[in-house]
Amino acid sequence: MTDSLANQAAQATPPRVARKIRGFSDRAIAWIFVAPTIFLLLAINIFPLIWTIQLSFTNFKANRLNREPEFIGLRNYERILTDSDIWLNMQATAHFLFWTITLQVLIGFALAWLIHRNFKGSNFWTTVIVLPMMLSPAVVGNFWKFLYQPQIGLFNYIVTFFTGGEASSFEMLGSVNLAPWSIVIVDTWMWTPFVMLICLAGLRSIPDYIYEAAEVDRASKLRQFFTITIPMVLPFLMLAVLFRGIENFKMFDLVVQLTGGGPGSTTELTSINLKREAFEKWRTGYASAYAIILFVTVFGLASIYVKALNKVKER
Amino acid sequence: MSAYSITEPSGRSKWFAGTLVILYALITMIPLAWIMLTGFKSPADAISYPPKVLFEPTLEGYVNLFTTRTRQTQEFLEANPPQNWADEIVRDYDMVIVGPSKFGERFLNSVIIGFGSTFLSIFLGTLAAYAFSRFKIPLADDLLFFILSTRMMPPIAVAIPIFLMYRNLGLSDTHLGMILLYTAVNISLAVWLLKGFIDEIPREYEEAALIDGYTRFQAFYKVVLPQAATGIASTAIFCLIFAWNEYAFAVLLTSATAQTAPPFIPTIIGVGGLDWPAVAAGATIFLLPVMIFTILLRKHLLRGITFGAVRK
Repeated sequence: MTDSLANQAAQATPPRVARKIRGFSDRAIAWIFVAPTIFLLLAINIFPLIWTIQLSFTNFKANRLNREPEFIGLRNYERILTDSDIWLNMQATAHFLFWTITLQVLIGFALAWLIHRNFKGSNFWTTVIVLPMMLSPAVVGNFWKFLYQPQIGLFNYIVTFFTGGEASSFEMLGSVNLAPWSIVIVDTWMWTPFVMLICLAGLRSIPDYIYEAAEVDRASKLRQFFTITIPMVLPFLMLAVLFRGIENFKMFDLVVQLTGGGPGSTTELTSINLKREAFEKWRTGYASAYAIILFVTVFGLASIYVKALNKVKER
Repeated sequence: MSAYSITEPSGRSKWFAGTLVILYALITMIPLAWIMLTGFKSPADAISYPPKVLFEPTLEGYVNLFTTRTRQTQEFLEANPPQNWADEIVRDYDMVIVGPSKFGERFLNSVIIGFGSTFLSIFLGTLAAYAFSRFKIPLADDLLFFILSTRMMPPIAVAIPIFLMYRNLGLSDTHLGMILLYTAVNISLAVWLLKGFIDEIPREYEEAALIDGYTRFQAFYKVVLPQAATGIASTAIFCLIFAWNEYAFAVLLTSATAQTAPPFIPTIIGVGGLDWPAVAAGATIFLLPVMIFTILLRKHLLRGITFGAVRK
């Protein structure tokens, strides 16, 4: 009696439950699959972040392990926010961010607009243009240092070839006025293709019929450009600006190889300054507070920006 | 359909656009071409003014890159004739080759760490992406955003505690440490991209397999994985390029045993700061694989480059 009941029950089991018994349940599999990734991120991203927050309230120095770190409250934060040198670094970063993004958006969009005409060989040349951004910024930055040499470098030679004058009459890396531009030039050379690719995707997403309708309505090409092309590409462009903004706020490798922050501290971007505090002066606690301030700044600016972006998308 | 389309640009505007784009491409190639040319120059040619486009090519830069050399007395040089072509080149400077340089080792480290971390990010990333794509996971969107937001942190900010943590765990300056670190950085993008690829595979395939008596695991690796192969490959290339190019963590966390090529190449310049051909040779060897990869696999790379913002 009980036997046949069990049989009946077994037969009535829907296939989904039967599968669960044979192997792991879907839910278990989901967790088995996700857990390693989450664990790795917790161990190497989140745990360090929490540790940084904790260190930022102390006067810990990583090169003096036998000295017990003291809890000093918000003093590190206070010191950073009132330090005028740090504002100079912030200004250098702002200059770098503003000009790289402006130039990359203008040149990147123009290139995408031209490539979108689908001339013969446009695919090949797009790939050629993309090459610089695939390369190691440190290695490339190091080589640009050679190109920028005043006496022997190719950059000065080419510039003076067109403008006249002595090739050694200006120093891109040695002059306080020119050094901030030298890093803008290299970053623009390297990352314009990125903006171009995203713009190109935006241009390709505009369906032809919109232009056809505009043509039927006898809208001029210029008007089409400003009322169709620009608004439709804008969300893509804003996304490109977001990515470039975050990346360049973190900028380290290219500039450290190119100028090392000099001359003086004219190209000392916040990341380079942070590296000095943390790994040269070994003010670990202070640098941790600095890192947190930078992180909060990026995160805050990015969130505000994403909100704006979503509004543009909705329109 | 008429042959004439109002949205198709005219021949003249195509020609104009093509000229400008090609001009930009050529200008943008100058620095890269210069790296490759400089690798085949003699140190004297490399620093001559005006810069030389035509010169007598030599392998000096490459020899200097791969060897360490010492200066010897005239008597020694006469008593020991050069053993091979490389030795002959350095004899011009009264030097002899005494052994290999560290470049080979550093390059090998880049290969080990690059491929190791790529393999690990793809392995873990595919599993996680599959779970996010197919199963109901509580707070999935938040988790995905969390995974992506880890990429916003400046590497130097995370480097401080990782430096301390690795020192305590004995992971600093080890291959394993760098592989784990690069995996953690890459995995966010990997999950994000792979989820997009797996989302595009119709669920019906797996469901059919499940009905045929496959377990979830079997359905995953016999049905989904082959379908996602191209997506996995392009994500892998992207992870590999990131790990290959990374500098900030490498310079802070590695020194003797696990140092990769990017922090090493700038040090080739030497004490005098004049051996640009050797630096250029190192840069060429290091950059060329990526350039070839990019050209060969351009179609698959686009999605990785644009962070998955572009779906095509």
